[in-house]
Amino acid sequence: MAEGSKDQGGVGTTDPEEDSPNMIVYRKIEDIVTRIQDEKAGGVAIRTVKSFLSKIPSVVSGADIVQWLMKNLSIEDPAEAIHLGSLIAAHGYIFPISDHVLTLKDDGTLYRFQSPYFWPSNCWEPENTDYAIYLCKRTMQNKARLELADYEAENLARLQRAFARKWEFIFMQAEAQVKIDRKKDKAERKILDSQERAFWDVHRPVPGCVNTTEMDIRKCRRERNPHRVKKSVYGVPDDGQSQPSPIHISSQPTRKPTKEDVQKEITFLNVQLDRHCMKVSKVADSLMSYTEQFVEYDPFVSATEPSNPWISWRGRVGISRDPSQQRVKKWSFSLEEALKDPAGRDQFLKFLESEFSSENLRFWLAVQDLKRRPLQEVASRAQEIWQEFLAEGAPSSINLDSHSYERTSQNLKDPGRYSYEDAQEHIFKLMKSDSYARFLRSNIYQDLLLARKKPQKGKTTVTNIQVQGNYDIL
Amino acid sequence: MCDQTFLAATFGPCDSCGKASPLMNIYIKNDAINYCSFCMEVMACQGLQSGETLASLKKESDSLKKKLEEERGKLNDIELHQVAEKVEMLGALSIKTKRLLKGHGNKVLCMDWCKDKRRLVSSSQDGKVIVWDAFTLNKEHGVTLPCTWVMACAYAPSGCAVACGGLDNKCSVFPLSLDKNENLSAKKKAVAMHTNYVSGCTFTNSDMQLLTSSGDGTCALWDVESGQLLQSFHGHTADVLSLDLAPSETGNTFVSGGSDKKANVWDMRSGQNIQSFESHESDINCVKYYPSGDAFASASDDSTCRFYDLRADREVAVYQKDSVIFGASTVDFSLSGRLLFAGYNDYTINVWDVLKGTRVSVLFGHENRVSRVRVSPDGTALCSASWDNTLRIWA
Repeated sequence: MAEGSKDQGGVGTTDPEEDSPNMIVYRKIEDIVTRIQDEKAGGVAIRTVKSFLSKIPSVVSGADIVQWLMKNLSIEDPAEAIHLGSLIAAHGYIFPISDHVLTLKDDGTLYRFQSPYFWPSNCWEPENTDYAIYLCKRTMQNKARLELADYEAENLARLQRAFARKWEFIFMQAEAQVKIDRKKDKAERKILDSQERAFWDVHRPVPGCVNTTEMDIRKCRRERNPHRVKKSVYGVPDDGQSQPSPIHISSQPTRKPTKEDVQKEITFLNVQLDRHCMKVSKVADSLMSYTEQFVEYDPFVSATEPSNPWISWRGRVGISRDPSQQRVKKWSFSLEEALKDPAGRDQFLKFLESEFSSENLRFWLAVQDLKRRPLQEVASRAQEIWQEFLAEGAPSSINLDSHSYERTSQNLKDPGRYSYEDAQEHIFKLMKSDSYARFLRSNIYQDLLLARKKPQKGKTTVTNIQVQGNYDIL
Repeated sequence: MCDQTFLAATFGPCDSCGKASPLMNIYIKNDAINYCSFCMEVMACQGLQSGETLASLKKESDSLKKKLEEERGKLNDIELHQVAEKVEMLGALSIKTKRLLKGHGNKVLCMDWCKDKRRLVSSSQDGKVIVWDAFTLNKEHGVTLPCTWVMACAYAPSGCAVACGGLDNKCSVFPLSLDKNENLSAKKKAVAMHTNYVSGCTFTNSDMQLLTSSGDGTCALWDVESGQLLQSFHGHTADVLSLDLAPSETGNTFVSGGSDKKANVWDMRSGQNIQSFESHESDINCVKYYPSGDAFASASDDSTCRFYDLRADREVAVYQKDSVIFGASTVDFSLSGRLLFAGYNDYTINVWDVLKGTRVSVLFGHENRVSRVRVSPDGTALCSASWDNTLRIWA
């Protein structure tokens, strides 16, 4: 398969269609299906099975396919192999010979492989005229196995009404097809008929079955030529009636990069080269220790308290006022964790107030709030913060180094959401290195951590199976 | 340069200004230069300063890329999964569907949890946006947008509003009224305006700002009240399909992923692209930060999910299997970051061990593609939205 050139943004040498998400999957399935059929290379045996009065050519059992998938794609669970096989069938690459519903069963049910002519990767979008011809010709054939299913009969009736004017034409085409088919060898006909039926099972699926030809609309623009004339399954010339699919929005061809683009890229690359990066070993250790620290709080991995409300019937048991010890422990992981939790924030503030040094945290909180204000309010709020915390003789004066102070007062000449970024960072570092550490050693914190205080309200147990809880908004 | 009229030999985009026009094709030091006549004159007047032609710039860029690869390669001293060998194996997970949310009449494309850990908003292909109490299965609000394919929806941090958008190229915000009789559609406010579909949206840490990603190749930050564009983010060369805000209280960054196979990290203040990652072989459908904010995961049509660390500036893990051949459309981490839940176009959700790189579980149940997975804010449940018109809550 042609590989795309690695030219950034350049007009690729790959057929753009090959890169489309659908095509990627189709090629993978085609690879699997080709391998399954290759008996010499460990594929399944495709044989003719004798049944009552006739022979069934070119079939394979579902169980054989499942076995092959498990062995060759390293699948341990048969359920997974059945699921994958069913998807391969749903996309039209294999099909049960006696059912319209395209799934794979892990038993003696017989399956056949689809002819490459009908593969979805050929971008079929068969028109209703083709479908009408198909259903029509089926009614002309007398074999019981070719009788229309209920939903097909309904479809045919609907199409007859829709194409009332050109029904004669459709009928003639169907007759022509029947003539062509009659000339073929009996066994060949059986195979071709079944493949044709499977093709329509994909493009006009049984009601209730997934239509695997549906596409994600975001990817539709990739079509190479959305206005191409769609080919007819039965060689019916396009009478100009078919509309290009409405979902095909014409995509812009990739713009060749200009000098400016490449200059920007060079600047970016130089910045990246200057960046100081960490070794993977160090980064891995950091990721592992973070995960390990929080694993006890992860309900999917550990049993946590209180019990998972989605699993147990009762709502949160015990509506005690104090936060749980486990939750309190999290505040000691970092100042960020403590501030993330509103209860942590409150307790930290309480502690600082007891020391008469709460202005730092209040400043930090005020700046956080400033960033969340609507644009209109930003300027006035920024001034208020200056008056409260930084102006000469401010009531909650904070201690900023002269550099940050200068920067901030400059910023305030044109106040914006980020005017206090430097100052906030400075204050955060201050709190982290000083008051935060004292907070963790304080009685206020330790009492909660070791649950030394008796809960103010007695623990209330919920005895009836009502799923009403007081869900805190964290 | 002689001052003479010339015969234009080719027509196309100019190498310098990009505009389509008749081109002069000349050679400077064996490099082909195809400029329009205006740019040619400009270049002539500048006396061919520093010989910067498109080709020479490209050469410079290519050599820088190589150098960067080499430098980064030196830091790749060990694989994450090797270091993680000493981590305890996870016990068998027993995750089952605990709720089945039925009510959408068509493919459910997106969902988002409310901070109260039980409500969620979902949007679908038929234009419907529903707010559910997932605990009781009660539908609390419903709006119908005048467009189909509502691909993005988000719950406001206050729980008082939702944002949604899609094929209408807009992202609108609806306040959630407690009055059941109020017509929510009437209070709709269009905040974001793009020139192509809106693929993703999220509130920043307040109800007042909205971050959106679009098929027009850009991301944008909007002031909700005034609808003003605060910052736009350019750099992707194709549709942007997903974005995620960094989980830090103090940070101002977000990551986006697109059809150009790139994942970019952006500074919200300056609009600059800080870091870029390109290792996927097809569209990146979803990006999500690891809970510490130092790394993120991506899901792609190449059927793999990948894990990138920002400090090492490289991919540190790939989650793939021979039997997984369909594209991955969505990812999310469990609370501790140990598990990665990924939804695929083969209707399943694979659960990966982030550190060891192995798959620990497969969740079957949906009957069509899984379009979105999100872990609840307290980590107790996973919600999945699917093209089979339903949402499932797993725990």
